[in-house]
Order: sequence, then C-alpha cells, then structure tokens
Amino acid sequence: MTEPLVEIQSVSHSFGPHRVLEAISLDIAPASYTVLLGPSGSGKTTLLNILGGFLTPSEGRVLIEGTDCTALAPARRPTTTVFQDYALFPHMTVGANVAFGLRMRGVGRGERRRRALETLEIVGLDHVETRKPHELSGGQRQRVALARALVVEPALLLLDEPLGALDLKLRRQMQDELKAIQKRVGTVFVHVTHDQEEAMALADLCVVMSEGHIEDMGPPERVYRRPRTRFTATFMGESTILPAGAVACPGLDPAASLVAIRPESIGLGDAPPSHVALGSGTVTDLVFQGGFKRASVTDPADPGRVYTVRVPVTQPLAEGDTVALHCSPDEIIPLKE
Amino acid sequence: MKALKILTSVYALAVYGFIFLPVAVLVLFSFQASLFPVPPFTGPSLRWYEAVLGDRSLTAGLVNSVLVATVSSLVAVALGFLSAYGFARFRLPGSGLLRALVTAPLMVSYLIIGMGLLILFNAVGLPKSLLAAGIGHAVINLPLCFAIVYSQMGDHQLNAERAARDLGARSRHVLVLILVPMLWPALFASFFLAMTFSWDEFVIAFLLTRFETTLPVEIWGLLRSGLNPRTNAVGSLVFGVSIVLVLILELVVFRKRRP
Amino acid sequence: MTSRRTIERWRPWAYVGPALVWTVAFFILPFLVMAWVSLTVHGTGETLSAANYAQFVHNESYWRALVNSLEVTAIVTVVSILLAYPFAWFLAEIVPERWQRLGLMLAVLPFWTSYVVRSYSWLLVLAENGVVNNALTGIGLLSDPVQMANTRFATVTGFVHFFVMLLTLTIFANLKQLSPSYRKAAADLGANGVQIFRHVILPLTLPGIMVGAFLTFVLAIGDYITPQILGGNNELLMPQLIMMQIGRRGDFPLASALALILMAVVTLAYFACARWLRIERA
Repeated sequence: MTEPLVEIQSVSHSFGPHRVLEAISLDIAPASYTVLLGPSGSGKTTLLNILGGFLTPSEGRVLIEGTDCTALAPARRPTTTVFQDYALFPHMTVGANVAFGLRMRGVGRGERRRRALETLEIVGLDHVETRKPHELSGGQRQRVALARALVVEPALLLLDEPLGALDLKLRRQMQDELKAIQKRVGTVFVHVTHDQEEAMALADLCVVMSEGHIEDMGPPERVYRRPRTRFTATFMGESTILPAGAVACPGLDPAASLVAIRPESIGLGDAPPSHVALGSGTVTDLVFQGGFKRASVTDPADPGRVYTVRVPVTQPLAEGDTVALHCSPDEIIPLKE
Repeated sequence: MKALKILTSVYALAVYGFIFLPVAVLVLFSFQASLFPVPPFTGPSLRWYEAVLGDRSLTAGLVNSVLVATVSSLVAVALGFLSAYGFARFRLPGSGLLRALVTAPLMVSYLIIGMGLLILFNAVGLPKSLLAAGIGHAVINLPLCFAIVYSQMGDHQLNAERAARDLGARSRHVLVLILVPMLWPALFASFFLAMTFSWDEFVIAFLLTRFETTLPVEIWGLLRSGLNPRTNAVGSLVFGVSIVLVLILELVVFRKRRP
Repeated sequence: MTSRRTIERWRPWAYVGPALVWTVAFFILPFLVMAWVSLTVHGTGETLSAANYAQFVHNESYWRALVNSLEVTAIVTVVSILLAYPFAWFLAEIVPERWQRLGLMLAVLPFWTSYVVRSYSWLLVLAENGVVNNALTGIGLLSDPVQMANTRFATVTGFVHFFVMLLTLTIFANLKQLSPSYRKAAADLGANGVQIFRHVILPLTLPGIMVGAFLTFVLAIGDYITPQILGGNNELLMPQLIMMQIGRRGDFPLASALALILMAVVTLAYFACARWLRIERA
C-alpha cells in the first residue's frame, strides 16, 4: 500500500475524568473517502476535532503527510473543516466567504476571486457569488461551506455531520455530489455521521466506532456482510443475534460465541438441502416498509429469541402465523465478542 | 496571545478602578469627621449620617419617592399589561402605528417630557405636586412595561388561554387566573424596572413638584450648599439600601433556579 | 341584536384603550401644546410667530449651546465605545464563564447610587481640593491644583463614566451571542487572532455598537444633571439653556422652541441610524 496520508497513532483523549477515546489507531490512504460512523457519544466527533486541531489529544500522535501535527493549531495544519452548522460568515457575500482562506494566505484580490469562482463552479454555485448566506437554501449553504473548505486545497477535508440538516431527498443528492467532488479533486475526505446508509454510500473506508473504540473498519461492503463485532452487526444494518451453539453450522469458527444473521438472509419454510434450519416461531410483528415487510418471529420456547426477517411484500403472512426459518451457512456471521 | 491577555486584564482592572472611583470617594468621605468631604480624611465619624437621618425634609423626600415610585409603577404595569394583551391577542387596525405610539416616549428626553407636562398642567390648572410627578413617571415607564410584557406574550400563553376558555372561563377569569400568573416574571421585571427608574428620576420630579418633593430633588437642594458630607451620607445610604434590595432579589428570585 | 357584536368589536379597544388614552393625554397633547406655545412670544400676546426660532438662529449663545451639545455628545459617544469595547471583550472572552455574571454585576454596582449623587461624587473627585488634584500634587506631577471641575472635561468624564457601563453591557451581550462556530471556521481557514477580530468579530458586533451609540447619543444630549453639576455655567449645553428659560425667566415659549429643536436633532439622528436599528433577520 502507498504511504498513508494520515496516521493516527494510539490516540486517547479524556474530558476531565471522562475517557472519550481509547487508543485509536488508524491509517488513511491518499485520495480516499473515510467515514467515521457511530452513535452519539462514540467519540467520532472528538476524533474529527483532534484531526482538525481543535483539540490536542491526551495521548498519542497524529501525523499528516508524514509531519507530526498533534499539537498544531488548525490554521497551521493542512486541514479544513466543514462545520455542522456551516458557519458561513453572515456579513460576507458567498464569494468573500469562499475566498476567505485565500485572503488569510495573502493571495491577491484578482487571484482570490478567480479561484473562488472556480471552486464555486465545482459545487455548481458560481451564479450566487454576490449573494449573502441568508439568501441561500440549506443545501446551497452546505455547498458554499464545502467550496470554502476546498478552495485552499487542503490535504485533508473534515466534514462534521454535514448533511444532518437536510431532508432525505436532498441528503441523497448531496451524498452523490460529495462522492463525485471527492473523486474529482482527489482530496482525502474524513466524514463523521451516525447514518449508516450515508456511510455505506460514501465510504471507501468505513470506521465503526462505539464508546471511544473502533469496533470495526474496512470497505463498507465487507463491514456490512461480515461485521466483526456484535455492535457493528446491530448498528450497521439489522441482525438477529444468536448464541453460536444454537445453530448447527459445520465449519463455524469455534472461537465465536455469538453469531449474527442479516434479515435478508433468512428464508421462510423448510430448509432446502444446502441450508441450515434455524427452528420455528410465531410472527409477533409485521411492518410494511415499502419494498419489503419486516417480520419479527419469536421462538415460543424461548421468548427472548426474536428473529428479524425480511419478507417479500407478496408473501402471504400474518401476525400469529407459525413459520419455519432457514438460512445458508455462508450467511451465518461469527462475531468476535 | 498571552501578552495581549495580560494587557487586557490590566486594562480591565483600570476600568474597574475608574468605575468605582467616585463611589469609593463618596462612601469614604461620608464618614468624614470634619466639615469638608475632601482629603485629608479625618474620620471615621457617623455625625453626617445622624444629621441626614434626623433631617425631616430628607426623610420626607424618601417616603415621597417610595410613594410616587410604587403608585406610578403600578399604573404603568397595569396599563402596559392590558395594552400588551390587547395588541397581542386581537387584530387592530393600524396596530403597528399604535404600538409605535405607545413606545414613542422611550426616545424622548425626560426634560422635554417633563416640560410638556408642566406647560400642559399650567394650562389646565393642575398644580405642581407629587401627583403631577407621578403622572410623568407613569408616562416614561409605560413604554417599557408594555414592551417587556408584549415580548413575552407568545403561543405558550395562547394555548393555555384557549384551554381555559374551552373549559368555560370568561375573559376576566382568563386574565386574572391564567395570564397574570403565567406572565408573572415579565410583570415583576417591568414593575421592578419602573420602580428603579422612578425612584432615581430627577428632572421630571424637579419640574413637576414644589413643596412636597422626592428624594433626588431634595438631594439636589443639598447640592446648593456645595461640597457637603451630608450629601455623601445620603448618597451612601441610598447606595447601601439599593445593594441590600438587589441582594435580597438575587437570593429570593434567583435562588429558585439553583436546584 | 347588534349589542353582542358591538361588544366583541369594541373589546380589544377596552384593553389597549387606557394605555392609548394615557399616552395621548400625557405625551402627545403636551407636545402639541408645547408646539403651540413655541409659536407664541413671552410677555406679549402674540401667537403664530416664529420669533423664538428666529431668536435661536440669531442669538449666538443659543445655537452655540446646540453645537456644544453635539460636540460633547459626539466625544462622549466615541470615547465610551473605545473604552467599553476592550472591557466588554475582557468580560466575555477572558473571564471564565462562571465568573462573568459576577464581573458584570461588579461593573454595574456603582451605578446603584442615585444619578444626582453620582454626578456630585465626580465633583468631589475632580474638585480643586479633591482626590485627584491631591494625589497629583502629592506625587509631584503638578505644582498647583488644576481646575477640572466645572469644565467640559468634567462633563465628559461624568457622561463617559455612565455610558462605558451601558455600552459594556450591550457589547458584552453582543459578543456572547456570536456563534463560536464563526471563530472556529476562521481559525480553521488560517486566520490568526487579529484577523479573526478584524474580519469576523468586529463586523458582526458593529450593529450592536451602532445601537449602543445611538442610545448614548439620545440619552446624553437630553441630559440636564451631569452638565449642570459638572460643567458649571461657563459653557452651556442645550438642556441647561432650556432649563434656564423655564426657571429664571419663565419664558416657556422660548423653552418650548428650544426643546422642539432638540427633538428635531434627535429625530434626524434616528433616521441617520435607522438602518442599524432595524432588526436584521438571522
């Protein structure tokens, strides 16, 4: 692998007595899109702030482009941040906002304007150069914030839940645009979110965090299909968690105490020859979700055991029905915990 | 950066010094034993406090001040509350203009308001009195009370009013039983502010009173005799009372927020 | 039949009526009376005469008073803003969060003395045998006490004392409600402390400063007490001139004319500052 652009070496951080990050180590490759995914309190925003220089970690080092930036102020390191509330300067025009970083670097007026317009064009907003932020819509402001951060050509662009304030349709559209822009400019993006769909859509590297630890990391498809921990299996998509002994699956990793099975992997009815029977139960809940139905099937002998199953819309199933469940042995995921 | 912080802190200390200087001198020389409240300090002595507390006209002025402040503030709050309710809950033609009218006195110098009232009262034969001063104080305080209460009338109260009406309450019940308790902080704040402005107000009281007058006007009279420790004593007393009142306010009102 | 609807229609007026009546009777009416009186001439029975206004224009000491007022108020406004801003900055940025309220209260504390008494206190401080003169001659900076009381300097000092406190409060509030994100964003983009202040904080607090400046202007130009106690009678400001007409000479027509002229000046100032005083949408 080529030299990582960013190396996070055993970074830990506490706020007073409260430990928020525990020995985080992570390498980020050049020209990649990394997503830090986790619930609130997982430490993902703290890690982002450490990368941006707004916090100095209690322990550990951060290297960017080979230089130790651990204690470097935000202005001195090759990073820029897109803030959650965009933080566009309300008294400046869009053009002045975007050119601000260049101005701080001493770039002349004509050159600043040219480069600002170039970057605004990349985000599709060169026509609003003379407007003020309050005249723009949420999505437009978000793009201006992005342009402002990109125009100074940082090595590392940090995004703090940038799409949280947008409605679903706009969010999906922006996700596509973010991905496209990242590919076009080649800057390393590190993006914090709690939305696993967003992570799956954007990430080259998905880092799942919980309570200050990295639970799992890797390409989103691998993390989804083969989550390493219970947390990952239930945070990244849904899973049914079973004790390893409950499924008669030959070739299962003996070190695994738990297994996870994705709802779309479970089939209804008797197990075909290659599949493993999972037992049977009563349908206790059936929820229409558009393209499919989500069924909860409870084992009457062990009411704590509830299978989450994805059922085709056309399947004739009702609450109270008894069904048998099965799945392919490949789809049984052994978990580390 | 550190140097700038130190510089600013030193500056701030100097500003505090500037702010406290006159009051410190006032209080210090109120304990002056000799006749002039200037250095050197020959004290401490309580003779001037005795003189002040024994001075009939000063104590009368104090009582008058409290009277005028209380009554005029009550009037201002009452008028302000009712009109705030009216403007907030009903559609009135020219509402914006009328509201601007009610808040207009805020922009006019007290001297001019006092003068206008003096001329008017002369014309209609109302003599200079505490009543006249009280009217003047209500005029300057009404806009403030109105503004404070009006700004607090939001959807919160509207929903409660609707619920009350739904349960059969008549308008006066709604006002007294629902609105007043809900707006209690705003009403109290405007009353307190009005009291403060009225209590300390000089120009209008000076123009509109004659024999019976308020404390600031009495103090002004004292100033005729030049630098006098008596004035120091009165000023320090007023200061002391204000501090005690605000401390009580802090403890009673703001204590509630602690738990 | 009409009775219920009529009551309903008149109901709102029952609420706003009293306040409106009060304001018209005791604020608008006096103004109208004053305007009328300003067009009469003291001593004669003349009415609808512009004699008082003419007097103002022709009599040097009269319009000098207005000029003095404008000069003094301008100086006071500028000096107070310059002194207050760093102080407000100190309270909002350097003092730790939980001591800020105490810091503010301490700054406001001395103003709980009576206004009259406070002006008197400055007289004490600035008198020839007062504290400042004593201190300066004591250290040897001065050989003889300098006259500080009963001068324009004393009036300005008295005003600045009060308005520094007022402006500190308004600027403090302004600084506190600035989102910290702006500062972070500017720092992130490479701005140092001075640049952040110049490009972000100063422009964003400017509207607040303008409001404070306007307030200072209106309050100071109409104030009688401070110039009268501290400025002495060497240089008269408008309020003093007006009071003179009422008191000694009983010339209400002239006093009214002067008062209306003062009002006009304040109204002009209001329109000049109008764009800052409009509430800007966030």
